[in-house]
Amino acid sequence: MELKANNITFSYNKKRQILKDASISVNSNQIIGLMGDSGSGKSTLCKIMSGYITHYSGEVTLDGAKIPDKDFYPVQLIFQHPEKTMNPKWKMEKVLNESWTVSQDLKDTFGLKDTWLTRWPSELSGGELQRFSILRALNPKTKFIVADEISTMLDAVTQVQIWEALINHCKANNIGILAVSHDEELLEVFCDDILKFDEINNL
Amino acid sequence: MSETPWYNRGLFSSLNLRQKTLLTIGLTGLVLVVIFICGVLIDANLPTDFTIKMQPPSFQHPFGTDWMGRDMFIRTIKGLSLSIIIGIGASIISSIIATLLAFLASVNSKCDEFVSWLIDLFASIPHILLIMMISISLGKGAFGVIMAVAFSHWVNLTRVLRAEVLQINTSEYVALSRRFGKSKLWIAKEHILPLVLSQIFVGTLLVFPHAIMHESSVTFLGFGLSPHEPAIGIILSESMTYLAMGAWWLAFFPGLALLIVVLLFDIIGDNLKRLFDPSEANK
Amino acid sequence: MGELLEVNNLSISFTQYVQGLNRHDSKVISDLTIDVGESEIVAILGSSGSGKSLLAHSILGILPYNANVTGEIKYKGQVLDQELKENLRGKEICLIPQSVNFLDPLMKVSEQAIGECKDEKEHAEKKIRQREVFARYGLDESVDDLYPFELSGGMARKVLLSTALIGDPNLLIADEPTPGLDVKSVEETIEDIKNLKEHGKGVLLITHEIDVALKTADRIAIFYSGYVIEINKVENFKNADDVLHPYTKALINSLPRNGFKLTEGVQPLDEVPGCPYYENCPIRTDRCGKEKPSLEEHDGAMIRCFNFKEANDGA
Repeated sequence: MELKANNITFSYNKKRQILKDASISVNSNQIIGLMGDSGSGKSTLCKIMSGYITHYSGEVTLDGAKIPDKDFYPVQLIFQHPEKTMNPKWKMEKVLNESWTVSQDLKDTFGLKDTWLTRWPSELSGGELQRFSILRALNPKTKFIVADEISTMLDAVTQVQIWEALINHCKANNIGILAVSHDEELLEVFCDDILKFDEINNL
Repeated sequence: MSETPWYNRGLFSSLNLRQKTLLTIGLTGLVLVVIFICGVLIDANLPTDFTIKMQPPSFQHPFGTDWMGRDMFIRTIKGLSLSIIIGIGASIISSIIATLLAFLASVNSKCDEFVSWLIDLFASIPHILLIMMISISLGKGAFGVIMAVAFSHWVNLTRVLRAEVLQINTSEYVALSRRFGKSKLWIAKEHILPLVLSQIFVGTLLVFPHAIMHESSVTFLGFGLSPHEPAIGIILSESMTYLAMGAWWLAFFPGLALLIVVLLFDIIGDNLKRLFDPSEANK
Repeated sequence: MGELLEVNNLSISFTQYVQGLNRHDSKVISDLTIDVGESEIVAILGSSGSGKSLLAHSILGILPYNANVTGEIKYKGQVLDQELKENLRGKEICLIPQSVNFLDPLMKVSEQAIGECKDEKEHAEKKIRQREVFARYGLDESVDDLYPFELSGGMARKVLLSTALIGDPNLLIADEPTPGLDVKSVEETIEDIKNLKEHGKGVLLITHEIDVALKTADRIAIFYSGYVIEINKVENFKNADDVLHPYTKALINSLPRNGFKLTEGVQPLDEVPGCPYYENCPIRTDRCGKEKPSLEEHDGAMIRCFNFKEANDGA
């Protein structure tokens, strides 16, 4: 499978354009790194590719076809701040199983402890919450993962744990990853190819 | 922080704030329930006894008696319980209206415009006028008054809820839920409702005192409950005739009792708000 | 080198209602000991959201009311109580906040930097001082009249830094000064902070980015699950063999440039009876599960571990 973004142009208002004719493509068996500074618009590109922003020009396709908007979206975005992506009045168990029933196996791979499931989101640290938000996104219907600075706020030890588990799962299940980060050293560890955001964005 | 905070001084200093808040709510709630039950159990058709008419307050008749010799204390209790019933009905209905409208506003921008327009429309008509109009058109009586108060008091809560729902709707977890393929209805029920439930609850309680006051005022003006019902508004309007004759107790005690009941509801509402408000919750 | 700041056995906990009517004390910082000297930068490194910012808040005396604090904080040998904290903050001790969100959005930045003044004369004096400091960081007069939202990222950072420096403080506390900045701005921030050291100031740098700590600090304190488990010189962080605590070793080995080595285990959620790292520790003994090691000095470093000597000798 191939996830393709073609000539994406986007601006929040007329004065300031954020993306111009940006194109990027990821294959199911690939991990593509996208490097760029914060504030450069790479998060916007991520949101367009994963269906959060719909009023852009250009097109995002999966194997050449438009992605239907109504059902489960096969391109899942993982955010930098997991705490914002969880309903504060939900226990973690409900948060985890919102998109699909996560298997015990996978919980173990990601080091998820059972005692965490009965907590509220505000009681867990960023590293713990990020494990939940990744697991949630790994629904069997997911074909691509867009990881937007997912380990920026975490300590180095947790960073390794999360990436290892995510990459192993995606390789085994043929899920492509678009890894977005400002940290070139990190991307060099596991990416098949690294693109510079400034070079794909023709601004 | 050497100074003891206010809630750790005085009689109940051993309790923490949450226990104290719950105690306050419990006690005030108890008083209201007692008034309510007494009012329901008492027979409203008091015997008229002209030998004891127009007596000032005494030990036998703590609130005095009226021009037909009926005990004012019993009449007041009865009136209050009627007011509480009307208050409960009106505030629950108005909260339901507010909740439905707030969720309606979140459907799309057209609906939102409509709800905003409705809010502006109702907010621009004076309460009393609106209540009188609805009450008369629905044939007065308890039903008319309940509906009138309900249909004039949803505005504030709707405004608060609409803003709250809009904000939750733009949150990342709702956006994510949509990407998971969840329907709008599911999101409204599972994500939004639990977050606004406490607001709705507090909103309902805070409408209560307004409802009671307005019920009494329209009844006093003659556009509410019919004169044979033992409502506080009726008692007060009757007493007007006798005030000039020096029968001050006819207006004073029922009025005071009404004020106290309203205050009690206000105290409950404020305390509940404190209980739910995260910035106050951890003292 | 005189000691500017000494924090001894500081613990911070919060009282919260858990379920129903019970109150529960949740510990955020436990038994924290650290010191900052003149012309020295000390970094506290811990994952974000672990509560290390509370140390800064506690030094400045701006903790929320439901916080319980034990232990002592000394500034130039003098114990800091609430009154002294209030007197010193903004003058001797200053905070460099994370972002412009900490500024008043309705106030021009220069006025904000000048702060409250008794009269016109004081205002004029401070204005000169403000101009001086702003100019030092390349902020020209047009910046004075801007409101916080009009500042670009790099400018905002400079404004925050110069605002902190107006009162000519001796001790600066930088709370996560780098997240969200581009590479160039991060480099500049690091340079600016190092520059403060040249001027004899002490800096307490609170961060979760190990690279920033490595490039900036003289000593680094590792913050794990509410405890400082090791304080060591920055030179020793180049190689996992030179640091003492097993977690610190794991941390260094997990950096992308050092092999991205996987270490299992997560920080405990609740207070544990023994060492906080017990569950994941490769060199643990039975004692570690029952008893908490204290922070002890070893060879110019501080370490909280019973078994590090044996383990490091064996290696």
